[in-house]
Amino acid sequence: MRREARSVVAVEPLGPYALVRVARGGLDPGTPGQFFMLSPPGRVLARPMSVCLAPPGELWFLVNPVGSGTRVLARLAVGDRIDVFGPLGNGFRLDVRRPLLVGGGIGVAPFPFLSERLGRPPALLGFRSARHAEAAALVPNAEVVVEPTFVTQQLTPGHDVLACGPEPMLRAVGERAPAAQLAWEAPMACGYGACYGCAVEIRGELRRLCVDGPVLRADEVVGAAREAA
Amino acid sequence: MILNASGCLDALEAPGVTRTLDAFVTKTVTPLPRRGNAPVRIAEADCGMLNSIGLANPGIDAFVNRTLPQLATLDVPVWVSVGGFTADDYALLCRRLDGLPDVAAIELNVSCPNVASPAEATEEIVVASRAATTKPLYTKLSPAVGEIAAAAEAAAAAGSDGLSLMNTLRGLVLEAGTLRPVLSTASGGLSGPALRPVALAAVYACYRTTGLPIVGMGGVETGRHAVEFLAAGASAVALGTILFRDPGAPVRVRRELEQEARSLGYANPGAVRGAAHDSTGESLPPWTKSPAKLAQS
Repeated sequence: MRREARSVVAVEPLGPYALVRVARGGLDPGTPGQFFMLSPPGRVLARPMSVCLAPPGELWFLVNPVGSGTRVLARLAVGDRIDVFGPLGNGFRLDVRRPLLVGGGIGVAPFPFLSERLGRPPALLGFRSARHAEAAALVPNAEVVVEPTFVTQQLTPGHDVLACGPEPMLRAVGERAPAAQLAWEAPMACGYGACYGCAVEIRGELRRLCVDGPVLRADEVVGAAREAA
Repeated sequence: MILNASGCLDALEAPGVTRTLDAFVTKTVTPLPRRGNAPVRIAEADCGMLNSIGLANPGIDAFVNRTLPQLATLDVPVWVSVGGFTADDYALLCRRLDGLPDVAAIELNVSCPNVASPAEATEEIVVASRAATTKPLYTKLSPAVGEIAAAAEAAAAAGSDGLSLMNTLRGLVLEAGTLRPVLSTASGGLSGPALRPVALAAVYACYRTTGLPIVGMGGVETGRHAVEFLAAGASAVALGTILFRDPGAPVRVRRELEQEARSLGYANPGAVRGAAHDSTGESLPPWTKSPAKLAQS
């Protein structure tokens, strides 16, 4: 992992999201599901963003501009410099036989990279509106559902599920597929184990998502929480 | 001398960052293991951040048996931050650490704002800790006590070898849409740039009243910030919130500090200590003095 000031190559709107493309420099993109900490200029804390795609010379991040930091990232201009630190955390295991990518909303972010590495497997993506669903264009072989239809209604057994999305979706996917690999999200100040801010319950203990995750086997989180309840 | 603020770096997760420090300060250790607070534990504020980790730690037994031997392999002096709810807790922790060669110093996290008389409570904790160890003791004070200099004097009188200034202030951040607190505990400890002038005032006041070595901290992000803490009376600075965004901060701040001190005409950063203070020992700035006094000085 390294921290470097990188130049913004482009910021492209995609539905309500922004695709932020930065020059890769000497940074290793890591594996799909790993993340980088991006420092929005003027903010105190960096923001964790999974790698969306790593074409030659670039790193792409899909940003949902919903808060003070993500709005700054989505408004970056070509040529702006931002500090980028990573890759961090544990990504998806790629030793899967029948992969199915299951995503919800901004959870689609790591899938272009993951799809590329897995040889364009089928994907099932859910969005809250047709406008949000524009982000599905980044993912090959995707079946798209829009609320009130949920991805879990379309989920059929017999797949190695790799999922990323809002917590209720991940829990529902985990109930149906205990061996699924789920990419979780948590507020994170540092991304490298220093702040203890991103604690989530893993195997009954509060553990740091940045070093133990963000990708976890479903039964490490969903089953453990059910047993504790 | 550049340290990390307690709870702002995990040496075993980031040994490379730790080796850029002059000493590593551990996350606070308590007598028994603590799970810590439920999420959400952190939130960004306009000029800082809140945390409400809840002193999550493995407890003193696991720390001494498992963590400390691993920390010792990093070859960086280890300061152990200890915390408790009674003076007896602190005495127990200091006694456990007293004979251990891998412990360079002990920082007493005396930051409970919920006690009736902070100065007296500080004194009681430092007296009990002093009796339990010959290790260097640094007392970390909270600005929430009101008159921090009185607590510092009490710590000095009770045998504290130095001060760590300062801990976080209590703050609250609300969610944009729901207007509910972001943190599970509602309020949390405010750190970062918002704290800097408050911490600087604490260092300034405690340097005057005690003359003890002081580790200054609170929103230090640059060499200029560090030089100001030294001028106010700190003998070392600790980096906290900045480490979250910039793990390279110790190297950068050290370089900037040396440049800043030189550009201000000091031979080295150490020579800056106390520069904010009038050499006559008075705390009033020059423009408040009578002309006669100004002529004398």
